[in-house]
Amino acid sequence: MPNVKFTYALKRFFPGIKGVSAEGKSFREIFAELETHYPGISSYILDEQGSLRKHVNIFIDGKMIHDRKTLSDPFTPGSDIYIMQALSGG
Amino acid sequence: MKPTLLLGTRKGLIAYRFKNGKWSAENLSFEGVPVSIAYADERTGTWWACLDHGHWGVKLHRSPDRGETWEEIAAPAYPEGEEVKDGMPATTRYLWSMAHGGKKYPSRLWIGTDPGGLFISEDGGNSFQLVESLWHHPTRREGWFGGGRDLPGIHSIVVDPRDENHVHIGISCAGVFETTDAGKTWSIRNKGMNANFLPDPNAETGYDPHIVVAARTNPDVLWQQNHCGIFRSVDGAKNWIEIDQSEGPAYFGFAIAVADDNANQAWVAPAHSDVTRTAIKGALCICRTDDGGKTWKEQRKGLPQENCFDIVYRHSLASSGDAVAFGTTTGNLFYSPDRGESWQVLNNYLPMVYSVQFAD
Repeated sequence: MPNVKFTYALKRFFPGIKGVSAEGKSFREIFAELETHYPGISSYILDEQGSLRKHVNIFIDGKMIHDRKTLSDPFTPGSDIYIMQALSGG
Repeated sequence: MKPTLLLGTRKGLIAYRFKNGKWSAENLSFEGVPVSIAYADERTGTWWACLDHGHWGVKLHRSPDRGETWEEIAAPAYPEGEEVKDGMPATTRYLWSMAHGGKKYPSRLWIGTDPGGLFISEDGGNSFQLVESLWHHPTRREGWFGGGRDLPGIHSIVVDPRDENHVHIGISCAGVFETTDAGKTWSIRNKGMNANFLPDPNAETGYDPHIVVAARTNPDVLWQQNHCGIFRSVDGAKNWIEIDQSEGPAYFGFAIAVADDNANQAWVAPAHSDVTRTAIKGALCICRTDDGGKTWKEQRKGLPQENCFDIVYRHSLASSGDAVAFGTTTGNLFYSPDRGESWQVLNNYLPMVYSVQFAD
C-alpha cells in the first residue's frame, strides 16, 4: 500500500491533512481515494485535464516523476509518494 | 456613493468601509494569495474572490457575510479534451472578469478567463459551463492571441440592463464581441478600432481593448481604453470612434470608468506607452472628460507628481456617484470625493492592486 505524503503547504486548504495509506495501483486510482479523504484536493494538484500543475512535483521513492501529463510513472505497494510544491517563488 | 471599496490585490482581498466620514480597513481575506478579481454581486451582496494560487491553480470562493466566512466553489474548468490550439490542452489559467447576469436572471453569473473561454452559471455560481459557441468561434484559433497575458483572455463582460441576454465582452487580443441571445451566437464589433501592432491594422480580430465598460444611464454608450488609444461608441459598439488625445496624456493606459449618472463623463488613468508602462514623466494623473471624449481635463491635485512609477491596471479604477477611486501597481490607493478634482491617499503600502469596485 503506497504511502502518500503531502507538503505542509496544503494544510492551509485542508486543515489536518495527513499522509494516506492508499490502495490504488495507478495515480488515477490514488487520486480517487484522496478525494474521499479530502474532497477537492485533486484540483489543487492536477489541472482539469488531469495533468500535474506546473508548480507541483510528485516524487516516487525520492525520484521526481517523468510523466507530468498522464502520471504513468510506476510505483509499488511499498512506495512512498510525496506531493510537493515547487519552490518556484524562491 | 456606495460605502465599500473591494480590492483584489497580489496579496489578498482587502475591503475598506466608509463610516463617519472616513475610510478604514474592514476585511482582509486570503492573505498572501493573489486575488485577480474581487467582486461584489450587487443583487445579493455576495462577495466573490477569484484566486490565482501560484502552485495550486485558480480557485473561486464566495462569501455571504462580507468576508467573515468563505466557501470554495468549483472554479470554471474546460471540458476534457478541449484545446487552446493543436496540442495545447485548455486549462483555466486565470479568472479575469466577473459579472452578474442581471435582475431578470437572478442565478446567472458570467466569468471570463485566460485562455479565452467565457463561462456561464445558471445556478448562482454553484457550477459554471463553458460558452461553447464562443470557444468554437471560427476566429478563435487563428485570430486571437495573448495581450497582457500569454494567451487570449476575456477581461470585460458588459451586461445590458435593458435586455440581460444582450452582452458585450472584451478580449485581449481579439476585440469586442456581442451576443443578443445570452451567448448562443456572437457578432464581432471591432469597426472603427485600430490595431497598429498588426500587419493588417484593419484585421477582423486581433484588437486589444484593455477594458470595455458601458454607461449605466445609456447602455448603448460604450467606452474602451484600448492599447491603441481610447474609443467610444454611441450605437452599442456597432461603430467605435477614437476620442483620445493624440499628444497625450489621455491616450495609452489600461483603465476606464464611466460616471453612474452621465454617459458623457469618464475617467482614464494614462500611462507612458506600451514601451515603458510607467507613470508619464514620473507623475500620476487621471484624466476626465465631461463631453464624451471631445476634451480631457488633467486631474493631479493630491497625486504624486515626481519620482512616481505607478500605473493603474484595467480593473482598478472605479466611480460611484461623486466618488472615484483607483489602486496602482505599486500599492497606492487613492480616493476622490469630487469626481477627481482632488485626491486623497487611503493607503501607500498595499500590495499591487488588481481590481477596485465600489459596493454596498
